Amino acid sequence: MTAAEPWQIAEIPGPKKALVVTKPGVVAAMIKRAKHPILIVGHVAVETDLGDKKLVDYIIEFAKKANVPVVATAHIIGEFLKRGYEPAGFMPAVDIGNRLVDSDWMGIDSKGPHDLALFIGLPYYMEWTILSGLKHFAPNLKTITLDNVYHPHASWSFANISMEDWMENLKVMMEKFEEGGT
Amino acid sequence: MSRKGVNVKIDELKTDVGLIKNLELSFGKLVEDKWAEPMGPTPFPSLTTLREWDMKLLQRYKPFYMPYCDVCCLCTFGKCDLTGNKRGACGINMAAQQSRIVLLACCIGTATHIGHARHMTEHLIEKFGRRTPLDVGGLNIKAEAPVTRLVCGVKPETLGDLEEVLDYAETQLTHLLSVVHTGQEGSNIDFESKVFHAGMIDHIGLEVADIAQIASYGFPKADPEAPLVDLGYGTVNIEKPVILCIGHNVVPSVGIIDYMKDNGFDGDIEVCGLCCTAHDITRYYKRGKIIGPISWQLRFIRSGVPDVVILDEQCVRADSLYEAQKIKAPVIVASEKNCMGLPNRTNDPADLIVEDLVNGKAPGALILDSEKVGEVAVKVALKVTPLRKKFKTIPEVDEILRMAKECRQCSDCRRACPQDLHIPEAMKAAAHGTLTTLAELYESCVGCGRCEQACPVGVPIHSYIVKAGEKKLKEETYKVRAGRGAIQDVEIRNVGSPIVLGEIPGVVAVVGCSNYPRGGAEVAEICTEFANRRFIVVTSGCSAMSAAMYKNEEGKTPYEYFTGEFTSGCMVNVGSCVANSHIAGAAIKIANIFAKRNLRANYEEIADYIFNRVGAVGLAWGAYSQKAAAIASGFWRLGVPVIVGPHGIKYRRMLLGRADRKEDWYVYDARTGEKVYVGPAPEHLFYTAETKEEAMVMIAKLCMRPNDTFRGRSIKLTHYIDLHKRLYGIMPEDIPLFVRTLADIPVTMKDEIVKIIEEKGWKETVIPDPTLLPRMIRKRKE
Ligand code: SF4
Ligand code: SF4
Ligand code: SF4
Repeated sequence: MTAAEPWQIAEIPGPKKALVVTKPGVVAAMIKRAKHPILIVGHVAVETDLGDKKLVDYIIEFAKKANVPVVATAHIIGEFLKRGYEPAGFMPAVDIGNRLVDSDWMGIDSKGPHDLALFIGLPYYMEWTILSGLKHFAPNLKTITLDNVYHPHASWSFANISMEDWMENLKVMMEKFEEGGT
Repeated sequence: MSRKGVNVKIDELKTDVGLIKNLELSFGKLVEDKWAEPMGPTPFPSLTTLREWDMKLLQRYKPFYMPYCDVCCLCTFGKCDLTGNKRGACGINMAAQQSRIVLLACCIGTATHIGHARHMTEHLIEKFGRRTPLDVGGLNIKAEAPVTRLVCGVKPETLGDLEEVLDYAETQLTHLLSVVHTGQEGSNIDFESKVFHAGMIDHIGLEVADIAQIASYGFPKADPEAPLVDLGYGTVNIEKPVILCIGHNVVPSVGIIDYMKDNGFDGDIEVCGLCCTAHDITRYYKRGKIIGPISWQLRFIRSGVPDVVILDEQCVRADSLYEAQKIKAPVIVASEKNCMGLPNRTNDPADLIVEDLVNGKAPGALILDSEKVGEVAVKVALKVTPLRKKFKTIPEVDEILRMAKECRQCSDCRRACPQDLHIPEAMKAAAHGTLTTLAELYESCVGCGRCEQACPVGVPIHSYIVKAGEKKLKEETYKVRAGRGAIQDVEIRNVGSPIVLGEIPGVVAVVGCSNYPRGGAEVAEICTEFANRRFIVVTSGCSAMSAAMYKNEEGKTPYEYFTGEFTSGCMVNVGSCVANSHIAGAAIKIANIFAKRNLRANYEEIADYIFNRVGAVGLAWGAYSQKAAAIASGFWRLGVPVIVGPHGIKYRRMLLGRADRKEDWYVYDARTGEKVYVGPAPEHLFYTAETKEEAMVMIAKLCMRPNDTFRGRSIKLTHYIDLHKRLYGIMPEDIPLFVRTLADIPVTMKDEIVKIIEEKGWKETVIPDPTLLPRMIRKRKE
């Protein structure tokens, strides 16, 4: 697999494509540097097995360590609560996309506009299109996808990587958060 | 008949409602009728006549654009890079470009329906005469064409009258299409208003096509007990010659059925269909069979069962000739819109064409005469069936097991698959001797064939999936109620009050194509859930078929265990895509028949009524086509929200309300002229749901309307909260937005909800007589 090809082969975006992240530590640093990041989690997170856990288990740990507020899309809020984690909010994926293009929106926690949106676990084509909406219409927002597939409409994305590498990347990022500093 | 002058009067009418009476005379034949209802303010609206209404909706439901591509390549000034809302060489920016593409899609959809309607009307006039009355339900239906009456202000009585209506629709469509030209409209919001106009015009096309065929062909006429007909691969008797018709225009299929009946072959041959033509075959011929939605095209052709394939128009795979050739089945193409490169044999003697097709001299023929199609198809079927012996291209199991070993595990198939199906894993399992993993893909596979195009070693992956799922395919034997057409006036009278008061919790129209995220079972599940909850459930098109492909413990499909009457807890199949007009028609008739609002050319008022009072919502779970986009936009202008499945996000713009912006949710109280906060009801106008659970909760929510009575709102809230708790595992957070007074709260949840809303600082409001139109205010504020 070539490094920076969209996961779905026909999803060719245009001139502006996501920068490929090769070192997960870089993402961790960007998250730490962000003033007001937000993490949007789609329903695929509760269906994906990663090792002996679900992806959502990693995401919860990630969100806690990174101290990023989470928005659960689709119907998966209950899966977070079951695991004893309360996201900052839940709403349809297109609703959170639509709020993020509004520069006056005060954010999911009413603490002001977000400057960085992280995405994980949406169906590829939904995440693709929402990231596109943000790329074109949310000039003050940077986006990073934490998925294991290349998303050209994000500001930064991993390339298409294996499940093992993905798990490893998430772990590395979490370690970086624990290390503290920026 | 004079067809002059339809558009000439429009401007004059727009400027002064009072002049209308004088102007009526100049409308020509259609207005000279005895329709006593006075002409409303907007007959034959032009592109901008209803712009103010559109702006009211678009002010609330602002477009959220998600471009599919960063560039524009529509003219030779380009390609232009529009990234970040940049402007192209013509000055257009990204937002306008996206809405322009939406308009283009809707124009394509509208053109398809109007073209269909025009062909149908001309053909039926030729066959039955222009004076054929438009009887779509006898004495049970007073308004034969509610959409046309509402939009145009005319009352068509005969087939011939429909021509004038189509003249208007075609004129509007030409103007609309011209708007997408480089250097025309520059504002995204004005593009959006024109999208609504295209949708409204589309509904006229739908209505004309369906009422013309109902009246002429004797389809079920607003019949709640339309016959239960067969659906599914397993219902076809493969011992007989099988004629398969694919598409949307039933005219050639009628030619086949008539020829068969007239020549004593009825019962000797199976006539079946895919996609909407199938619906219309069964509306005409009880023994006709529906194979399934559009996504069954490849699997059914490759199964080798069809002996002759007839292609008409719309949603026909462009490779169906190629696929049919592979199973040695001759093809007849029967529409000018879809000639497939075949020679025009319309004027050749039927027997000569038959000979060429049977002996394989030609793979197919273009025949633009439905009677000749009938004769040729039947004769070819009888002769070719013993020769081709159901030759199929679905492989045997041993071949799959062998070929699976050739798989390189490159994942190109999965990366081409719109459903992201884990094909490589299934191939690996097959290489190890088990087909169960492949079989598991059967339900979610939409039969697009993209995986096969991607595979570097040429594995016919879709065929493998079908073979692995063969048991399921062969067990597909279901019943669906044939499309009933319109809703009767008496049904509207019976449900009008409980719908408008909110006591029937909503009308859910489950419609559209079959590009489902996880197979059709979800559609059946959603329909069953809401029919059980006593919503009015209406279906059409491919979704109507998918809803039938599910049986309960007693072996019955939803059409067998829910009533076909338009009432609480029903399961009503109106028919093919063009029958969607009856769903719009039902909403319009609630305003007209139940609430006695004038219908004639009174679009704004009726749409305002529907928007504020009729808790209806459309679900197009597998919408893919431009036609679906056009149909949806016709509903938006009427004030009916539409939910699409996750693939629908690729329509690239949503119309989303902002529940968190209180200022967006005020209406006028028509009694006082006061502006009243009514909460986000309905919250969205066009919206993509990610999962079926999300869609179900949103359906319940989008049925709320400002006009709901206490009792109605508490019933609607009960469903919303109950579904939310069950499917999300938590109470909804936005309950306070939907509680206007304490009496709105469902009794059984009173304590819990009062606590929640009080914590959130809820304040009581009044229930207004809601309207967005200042002119509807009866008493002006001093
Ligand atoms: S239509 Fe406009 S934006 Fe598109 S290619 Fe032409 S000049 Fe560029
Ligand atoms: S035919 Fe089925 S498996 Fe193949 S790409 Fe299409 S949906 Fe996926
Ligand atoms: S594309 Fe073909 S070779 Fe590649 S994984 Fe799929 S089936 Fe195997």
